Formats: sequence, structure tokens, C-alpha cells
Amino acid sequence: MSTEDRCEYVTVKIGGQLFGVEVHEIREVFSPQDITRVPRAPGEIAGLLNLRGRIVTAVEARFKLGLPPREDGAPVMALGLEQGSELFGVLVDEVGEVMRLKPDTLEASPAHLDPKWRVLLKGVHRLDNQLLAVLDVRALIAWRAAGLAA
Amino acid sequence: MSGLRGLIMDELIGEFLSETFESLDVIDSELVKFEADPQDRATLDNIFRLLHTIKGTCGFLALERLEAVAHAGETLLGKFRDGDLVADSSAVTLVLESLDRIKEILTGIEATGTEPAGEDSELIKRLEILSEGGADPQASTPAPAPAPEPEPEPEFVAPEPEPEPVAENGHGFDSDLGRELRLGEVSLADLEAAFMNTPGPEEDEVPEAAAEIEDEELDEELDAPVVSAAPAAAANTPAPAEAARPAASGGPARASATIRVSVDVLENLMTTVSELVLARNQMHQIVRGVEDSALKTPLQRLSSVTAELQEGVMKTRMQPVGDAWKKLPRIVRDATQDLGKKIKLIQEGEDTELDRQVLELIKDPLTHMIRNSCDHGLETPDKRVAAGKSETGTIKLSAYHEGGAIIIKLIDDGAGIDPAKIRAKALEKGLATEEELAQMGEAQIQRFIFAPGFSTAAQITNLSGRGVGMDVVRTNIEQIGGSIELVSAVGKGSTFTIKIPLTLAIVSALVIKSGEQRFAVPQLSVRELVRVGPGSPVTVETLNGANMIRLRERLLPVIGLDHVLSQSLQEGAMTGYVVVLEAAGRKLGLVVDDVLDTEEIVVKPLSGPLRSTTVFSGATILGDGSVIMILDPNGLAQEIATETEDTAANRADETEASAEISARQRLLLVRAGGAEPKAVPVSLITRLEDFEASAIEMTDGRRVVQYRGRLLPLAHVGGEGAFRTEGRQPVLVFSEDDKSAGVAVDEILDVVEEVLDLEMGSERPGVIGSAVIKGKATEVLDIAWHMERAWSGAPQRVKSKTRSAILLVEADAFSRRMLAPLLAAAGYDVTVAGGLHEARDAARMGAAYDVVVGDPGALSRLASEGYFTDTPRLGVGENAYGTPTDGFVAVIDRADRGGLIAMLDNAARTERAVEAA
Repeated sequence: MSTEDRCEYVTVKIGGQLFGVEVHEIREVFSPQDITRVPRAPGEIAGLLNLRGRIVTAVEARFKLGLPPREDGAPVMALGLEQGSELFGVLVDEVGEVMRLKPDTLEASPAHLDPKWRVLLKGVHRLDNQLLAVLDVRALIAWRAAGLAA
Repeated sequence: MSGLRGLIMDELIGEFLSETFESLDVIDSELVKFEADPQDRATLDNIFRLLHTIKGTCGFLALERLEAVAHAGETLLGKFRDGDLVADSSAVTLVLESLDRIKEILTGIEATGTEPAGEDSELIKRLEILSEGGADPQASTPAPAPAPEPEPEPEFVAPEPEPEPVAENGHGFDSDLGRELRLGEVSLADLEAAFMNTPGPEEDEVPEAAAEIEDEELDEELDAPVVSAAPAAAANTPAPAEAARPAASGGPARASATIRVSVDVLENLMTTVSELVLARNQMHQIVRGVEDSALKTPLQRLSSVTAELQEGVMKTRMQPVGDAWKKLPRIVRDATQDLGKKIKLIQEGEDTELDRQVLELIKDPLTHMIRNSCDHGLETPDKRVAAGKSETGTIKLSAYHEGGAIIIKLIDDGAGIDPAKIRAKALEKGLATEEELAQMGEAQIQRFIFAPGFSTAAQITNLSGRGVGMDVVRTNIEQIGGSIELVSAVGKGSTFTIKIPLTLAIVSALVIKSGEQRFAVPQLSVRELVRVGPGSPVTVETLNGANMIRLRERLLPVIGLDHVLSQSLQEGAMTGYVVVLEAAGRKLGLVVDDVLDTEEIVVKPLSGPLRSTTVFSGATILGDGSVIMILDPNGLAQEIATETEDTAANRADETEASAEISARQRLLLVRAGGAEPKAVPVSLITRLEDFEASAIEMTDGRRVVQYRGRLLPLAHVGGEGAFRTEGRQPVLVFSEDDKSAGVAVDEILDVVEEVLDLEMGSERPGVIGSAVIKGKATEVLDIAWHMERAWSGAPQRVKSKTRSAILLVEADAFSRRMLAPLLAAAGYDVTVAGGLHEARDAARMGAAYDVVVGDPGALSRLASEGYFTDTPRLGVGENAYGTPTDGFVAVIDRADRGGLIAMLDNAARTERAVEAA
């Protein structure tokens, strides 16, 4: 137990909003190359890509957050995480620095927040001049097994 | 426990657990085998030995509960073996119970490291009572013993020490045991010899602790005439050391050629080799582009070495499929007891090998399917006898290799899967509508059992805690690249065929291009490639939106890949290549833009969110590093909407989906009311059936038979008296819209193809005329006339129309679906026309109705065109401005159902009054 019980986040920007993802959730940060589109896949799946010989499923965070799609040529980065034996890459606009924040600035998500966001956030940190929304990446990549047609 | 001793003990317990679990599985199936044949001395001895071994090790490891239960079980078995007791079903059940208890305790040890607290005294008491010749106080009525048992003669043959041939793997056939020795076992003869020769304690590298078991056991054994084989538990050195240990150095030196290796190690090896194959492929790609590279030769060598390595590693993962079948005899036996049925399980091809990962994956599905067979497939002995079958049902499991895959068949001779029941259930579960079901063939309906949501999963949850349904079974199998098919005939039985590719990870794939993207298609499913479009003799033809090509006189349904992927409407002519695929017994063609090449690829499964895309079975990384999707032929097959079911032509060993291509017609030759053959055009026949004569009932002066959930009216060509009273009655089934009728004949002879040239017309009802068929003058039956007879009953009966007939003309599907049942429920005979042309066709065919109901615009239009001018019209819905409604009885609002029925009744009554007048 450290005396300085701080929360460590990798900060990212999506659609202009600052988000934080708990460091221990992220395996790596990388620049996604050559994403293969998957036809008929759920909307949030941007496609598949090859990361050092392993196939990674790219999930578009903007889609999940209900934000407009990224413009062609706009910068994009990926947060790599592992779930079970599957690799996922969460697509964001930019990746910033790692921040360590005091837990006392963390608050629960506001009640009037868009439900789409509410399920994806773990809370909000009050920073000096902006808010950092804590992103629940596990919730972001979660999927429901759809009912299959016979 | 602490220190070195603690470590040793933990490892010993670990080994003990894994080996004992295995032994218990063996005992399970051996017991079932023994129960079926209580004279089988060898099996009984084996069971006894195994249990005895377990008991011994338990004692050493201070596992008291286990030791006590094992001991009581062993004592009882000993009584059987000595001939003091007869092994009946209740005794075997009790022994099985005690085995279950042992498993329970073992599981507890696995979890916590020590025996869980618990009470076994009651179980032990029951075992003791039985050993003393009493009856198990708790036994349910013992099921009839599988075979009558006379007192077993108290003969006991002492094993003769025979010189044992040393087989290469250190395994040998032990004549005393009556089977091959397993890993860790030593033949009886050897052991005996060893005892005789042993001077004292071991000099092996076996830890002292193990040697102690040995001595303990030896002491006990010297009394008993039976000598157990070297306990598997004795081979408990954790390091991969020799597994088979003779009791002493005196016995034939047996250097074991087998070792135990952890599964994880193999798994990693497997993955590494796959990566190696990929890397090799990448190098191939690079070198391919370079001329005269010095790398070419070494790369060739690397290639062949890699292939060998791959093969070798695959082999390590191969296990006999019988391992997955071990538990099944017990399950069948339990089911037999619980359900009061008689079931025999036959296993064929247990030695067929397959990848261990696959083995794990099919264990549960197989168990589930066997249970299904027992529960639903096989009938009770009474029903079976009544159906003319033997009392004992048979389930046959067979496995064999075929073309790079392993085929596992599960065949039962039970009641088969009844399409009528499936249809009802599908409706109930909301999986399909009446209309959709009416379009489907029998086989298609039977396949509903694979649909998610079909089974009430809770039935069999024991397997792994999760609900298991056939949909999960199919998904599991398909996830590893396999397929499962079902062939089932009501009353006869069902056959499930599972096909699984042998090389799991690496498959040969055809890379194709559609639009800008490349995709992979498993080579195994590809039958051929056909060029289509301009410049090629083959073109894609369309019939009402369905695309097809002609391939060697047959029509093959095709679908454009871009259409499937973008789910957009097909536009323009299709050019490129047709990849002819075969999936789940069906052939289909996939139209793609280009075919690139064949590559060996490593199949990577799709991640969670993508698994619901049924058209893809996985993804892979090509030699150039790009990721492409792997198409799933099964999923693609499902995209092809309707299926035309095989009909009468199937019986004649052909599959014909379309109408005649030439002037020649296919004619069915039958014998009906007379010795000379008569002919029926095959194109008119929907289906050929035969029914049990006893299933044909008389109702209301008519012959009917229950067919697909409805009553099928029958008429016999030869007249009322020609119906068979026993045996099977062949029937030609004709379906028109919603109505079906059956025309019974004496015998179905043949199918021929002839140019039908009707020569003499006929005045006789029931015969259209005569034609020369196969050189003989043959009467051609007037099927329509016979159908009429079937529908209306015996010809002399007056057609009684008790229900008013109405025509519902409504283009909007939703309104149709709402109105049609409403009107039918109100007692009307509803004919539905989804569009104007259907209504016109009906009018032209001379159909008459009491009222025409539906969309005012449509009704008005029909009237103005001269159709149904005399029939009262009742409009339902909004009347578009300006549409004339004179001549309409009324225009009713859609929501006013009461009003609609009332007006309808009025109109119909008036109409009939008019008619009668």
C-alpha cells in the first residue's frame, strides 16, 4: 500500500474531450496501421489489424460515445488492451501524458449525463481548468452476444 | 506440511488426483460393460484391481474418507469376483454411487488440498449390507438385469506367468487382463515374477515414499491370490521419469518409451510452430519476388523442415477419439435406468485420432447429443415393439478419417425427429411464422433444432454448469471449423454427422477478391471455379430475384459476395468468377471479382463482438502481413434465402430444382388399380411419401392420414377398396397453395424421361389420355381429378360448402397478417392475394368467392378491369381520395374489426341467398 494513494491515468482526447484510462488496464499504446474493415460487423468495430503477428480488434471509441466519425486524415491512436485471450485496440484521437491524480478530486458521473456516456464512465476528476472523464475501457469493448438468426 | 516432505506430498497428491480421476472414468465404463455381461471375468478383475489400487494409495496418503469408501466398494466387488454374490443392477448402481462419492471427495481435495469434511457411513453401510448378501435398502426398483444371470461358478483361474513380449512403446497385450496395457501398467505375469525375485527395497531413482506404498501393497498382496498390476499411482515421480515401473529390477527391464508432458507445454509448442509457419510464409513471399536469390535453396530446406516439425507437433496433440467416449457408456446406462428404456451403445473407430483441443471441445456436445438420443430419440420398449422394432434401441457412435477431416457419426434407430413437432415448437417460440414454415421442406424444419432459443436449455445442465442446446453444440463445432448435419426420418431414427478438419490451426485457403477487399475461403469447401460474364459461356441468370448459373445440366444458386457483404441490392450483370462451394450438404456459388491464389493460413478465431457475423469463421494474416477475413461457407449458405426441397426426384436418386429444360418430361410410373403401369408427370408431384397402412384413418367418410401436423385427405387411383390394409401405402402428395392431397397408388415403379405425346384422349374420369412410354401404351393419370376426389371425399358425396369463401386482396404484409387470421377465426375460408396479379390469376382460374375484401383501391381496380364484378366488395382501410367506391358494400376502417365482421357476415349472407336463388 503506497502512502500516496494516487490514481494513475493515461490521458487521451476523443472529440475534444479529455478522458483518462487507468494505466493498469492498458498493455500498450500504438499507432494503428492498415485496419481491415469487417463487413457486417457491429458499428463500433472499426476493423482488424495486425500487431506483431497478432490480430487486434479495433473498437472506435467515438462510435460508442455517440460522437461523429473521425474525418479522413485526422490523427488517430490506439490503446491496446487484452481481454481473456483476445486483443483489442480502442481508437482515440490523441494520446497525452500519464497523470497521477488525487482520489479526492474524483466524483461520480453527473446524473444528467447522456446514458450512453454514463455506462462508459467510471467517474470524473476535477482538474484545475477542465474535467477529466474516467473511461471504463472494459465497458467500452464489451459486447452483447446478439441473437443469431437460425 | 512443510519443507521437502510437504513439497513431495503436494506433488504426489497432484499426480494421484489426475491418475485416479482417469482410473475412475475407466471403472465407470468397465462397470457398465460388466453389468451387460456379468460373466466377463476379465473386466471384473480389472475393475477390482483399479479400485484396489486407489484404496491402497489413499491409505498411504492418509486420505481416510476415500480409503473407507474405496474399501467398502472393493469388498463388494470382491464378493462378485469370488462368486459369492450375484452382481445385479442395484448392486452395480450402488458401486457407481460409491464411485461418484469418491469423485466428489477427490474434487474437494483438488480444491482445498485436504479431504472435505463429510459423512460416508450411510453409503458404507449400504455397501456392507450388500456384501453380506442383503438387499440395498435404498435401491429404487432395480431395472431388469440386462441379462439373466445364473449363479456364477466359483471358478477361479490363477494367472499363469507367461513371458511377456515387450512391445515398442513398452505396452503389451496382457492376456490376463484381456487387453493392452495402459500407461503405467505392468503385466500380471511380470509382477508375479518380480515378487518372486525381489530380495528387498528398490534401487530405482524412485523416492522413498513411493517405495513404501510398494511394500505395503506387497504385504497385503501376498495373501490374496490376485495380484494387481503395478499401481498407476506408483509412478508418481513428478519429473518426467519412467512411468512403467516393474516392482523390482528382477523383472524384465522395461524402459518406458512414454512420458507425461503438461498440456500447456504442448500448447506453447503448437503456437510457436504456427508462428514459424507464418514466418516461413512471409519469407516465401519475399523470395518469390526476387529472381535467382541465394536464399531460395535454404528456404526450400527450411520449408520442408518446418513442415515436418508441424506434422510432428500435430501428432503430439493427437488423441484417440475414444477418450471422449469414455464417459458415455455410463451416461447411457444411467439413462436406461432412469427412463426404463433399453438402449445399447456401440462404439466404432475409438482409435481414430484427433487433436486434443478438438477432443475437449466435442466431449460436451457428444454427451448432450447422446442424452438427447436417450431422452427423446429412442422410444420405450413397448413403443418400439409396437412399431415393429426390436425392444432394445441402438445408438451407434462411429468415427473415421476422410479427406483431411475426422467424421463422427451418431446414429440412433429411434423415433426420428418429427417435423410436425418441430414446426409447432418453432411457432411457439416465435422463431418463424406459419407462412415461412409452409415454405420449408422437412429437412429444413428439422434443422430448427439448431436454432438458438429453440431448446429449453435447462434440461441438461449438468455437463458444465451451462445450459446446453443444439445451437451451442453447433456453434462449438463450427468454431473449430467443423460442421454438423442431421438426417432424420420419423419412425426410423436420426443420424448426426460431425465433420471436423484435422489440422486445426493451419488450413489451405483460396484468396479471392471482391471489390477492393480480399477474403479467404477454406479450400476444403471449394468444389470448382467457373468464369462468368462476357467472354465466357456461362452467365448468371435470374429468376424472380434469385440468381443462378447452369452447371452441367443443373442449376446452381449463386450469390454475389459484394451483395452479401454490403447487404445492398444486386445490380447489373454479375461478372468474374463463381466459386462453387459445398457446405452442409448444399452447393452454392459465390460470385467474386477475382481469384488470386491458394495460401496456407493460420486460422485466428474472431473476437467476441465479431462472432455474430455468421458469414465469417475467422481472420488470418497473409504472407504480406495484411489481415483478411475468412469466409464461412455454412454462413454463406444460409444467406441464400429459400431452399427448394428435394422431392420425388430424390427418391429416384436425382436432385432436380427446376422445370424441364427440354421438351422431354419426367414421368413417374406407377401401378395403380391394375397390372399395367400408369404415368404421372413428375412436375405436378410435390412429394412422394409412404405411410403405414395402419396410420390411414377413416373420418367422415374419407380417408385421411396425419401429415406434417395436418390431415391429408387421400384418394386411391384404384378406388376405395384398393387401399392397403397393412404394410406401407405409397402416396403421391400434391400441394397447391395451402391445400394438400394425397393420391395413393399400389406401387411406385420408376421415373422416366420421355417426350409426352398424348395420343388418345380419354372419356374416362381420372385419365387424361394415353401416350407411348418406354415403348408401351401407357395411361396418363388426371391428377387434378384425383385430387378433387381426395378433397371432396367420395365422388358421390355432394360438395358441401359450409364456410363462405372470401378473397383478401391486400398488398401490405402487415395488414394481411392482421386481417387474414381475424377473418379465418370468424369462420371464413380465406384466400389471400398479396397483389393484383394474384387476384387476377384467381379470377381467371375460375375461383369464385362470396365476398372480396381488402384494399379499396385494389378492389376498385379489379372491378374496373372486369374481375369479380358480381361479387360484393368490402373495402378495408383508408380510401385514397378519388377512388370510386360505388358497388362497394362498404368501406370500413382498419381498426374497426367488429364492424368489418358484421359487414362481412351481412354481405356473405346476402350473396349466398342470391346464389341459392
